[in-house]
Amino acid sequence: MTYTFQDIKEAIQTQFGADVVVAENTALQQPQLTVKKESLKDICFFLRDDARFYFDQLSCLTALDNGVEKNTLEIIYHLYSIPFHLFFILKVESERGDGKEALPEIPSMVDVWHTADWHEREAFDMYGIKFSGHPDLRRILLPADWEGYPLRKDYVEQEFYHGIKVAY
Amino acid sequence: MTTQATPNYTYNPLHLQQSEPLVFDAGNLKRGEIIINMGPQHPSTHGVLRLEILTDGEIVKDVIPHMGYLHRCYEKHAEKLPYNQVIPFVDRMDYLAAMNSEHAYAMGVERMLGIDKDIPKRVEYIRVLVAELNRLSSHFVAIGTYGLDIGAFTPFLWVMRDREHINRLLEWVSGARMLYNYIWVGGLFYDLPVGFEERCKDFISYLKPKLIELQKVIIDNKIFIERTANIGVLPLDLAINYGITGPMLRGSGLKFDLRKVDAYSVYPEIDFDIPVGTGAMGTKGDCWDRTHVRVAECFESVKIIEQCITQLLGDHKRTREFDPQAVVPKKIRPKAMDFYVRAENPKGELGFFFRTTGNTDVPFRCKVRAPSFVNLSVLQAISKNVMIADLVAILGSFDIVMGEIDR
Repeated sequence: MTYTFQDIKEAIQTQFGADVVVAENTALQQPQLTVKKESLKDICFFLRDDARFYFDQLSCLTALDNGVEKNTLEIIYHLYSIPFHLFFILKVESERGDGKEALPEIPSMVDVWHTADWHEREAFDMYGIKFSGHPDLRRILLPADWEGYPLRKDYVEQEFYHGIKVAY
Repeated sequence: MTTQATPNYTYNPLHLQQSEPLVFDAGNLKRGEIIINMGPQHPSTHGVLRLEILTDGEIVKDVIPHMGYLHRCYEKHAEKLPYNQVIPFVDRMDYLAAMNSEHAYAMGVERMLGIDKDIPKRVEYIRVLVAELNRLSSHFVAIGTYGLDIGAFTPFLWVMRDREHINRLLEWVSGARMLYNYIWVGGLFYDLPVGFEERCKDFISYLKPKLIELQKVIIDNKIFIERTANIGVLPLDLAINYGITGPMLRGSGLKFDLRKVDAYSVYPEIDFDIPVGTGAMGTKGDCWDRTHVRVAECFESVKIIEQCITQLLGDHKRTREFDPQAVVPKKIRPKAMDFYVRAENPKGELGFFFRTTGNTDVPFRCKVRAPSFVNLSVLQAISKNVMIADLVAILGSFDIVMGEIDR
């Protein structure tokens, strides 16, 4: 049988209790489940290893910034199960922090899927999200001494980089 | 030297170390260890990839890729541009397979708009036709430069000669040789030029014997086999855990191709096989298997192109009334939603994630899951304790495009 979004959600709730689910959005073409970030790692391990689902591939990890007004960042995990051809979308939300010293923290999924390694480095690079437990959290695309996190909605680029004018 | 744009600039060699510091501690090496920097202008890195290699003699102890030399802020640009204007940026990500990327992008936006069922069949067949031509050309570059990496010069010239024909065909279609902006959201820029199908047929009959030649000169070549078999073995479980897709995953023995799995566009109506690596020359998932899968895929692409041409000359043939832009929306404004779309590119699974707000023509967020980016991440895991020359062979077999990794 093919498991639907509701089945997978119920399986998560029976395993971890009903309160791990913060919100769900089933109105979308691709429904999403928002979970607590504290239990994210356990849920991911469960989804990967459970014989009913085997979500063995992390297709995509997206970070996005909802802007200063909403003051939230989201991380969206697109999971895919190769043996059963199942899709599932997990989401966690976090405070934005000020983008300088106070950075949001989210548990790293590197232990579950290695795909998360570089994707999390990219999210750190572009959004300034700290992934706790990541083995090698460095900037990946930008130079190591770049200031700020460019894909945040309130980003203003620095004026000079090593004496070279940035804005042109 | 200072100019108006750089009034405070003074050259300082330390800047290099600050902007991309070494991961290994140069002052704390064991006896016999050396840090070697390979790239970003090394010819075998296929673009501007820089590898930091910790070596002991000829043996690679560890390797760290440094990227970002070709970062062009695609995702930031996409947050400022309407959907149709993003397409040229999509071209420039995987510049060797622009048609395939456009196809994936257009498909995603069409599904968000809910017009994906209205696209005329002829448009879909043309899309698949040009995408498969482009897949051939991308695999040609992959195979040719791979031969070049490990010392075979002839195949490179042969595939470049054949790729030139494809480039000319696609130039005839779209006006550009590599970056097309041909597939639009909801349709195509133009219908195929008159006589294209026939010319394409001629090209296919020209190409078939050439592909067999290519197979003989490269993958059945004894030197090539010696050089690639049992090198860089990527076990299947590791490949899946790292999210590897495309010919690399199939090289490790899994029959997984999104053209079959997701059955998008007109692929379900077309008959083709999915070649997989079997370990015929060594171990399953080695460099030879990956190259073998690419060469075998060229034959499959030829099959697909033939069937597309049959359809384009038969059931969906050119008519005076046919308008490739009939379904192109005047205003592309999807409802508020999150949407992930994926498609099989020559390098693997290309995914686009969109968030739309419903009140602008501009995506709120457009994230790209680039196949080369994910595929390259496994390099460190499978190139420990190999020879430096084999590291070049392993990297070449990945078929990376830096435009897509750095975006």
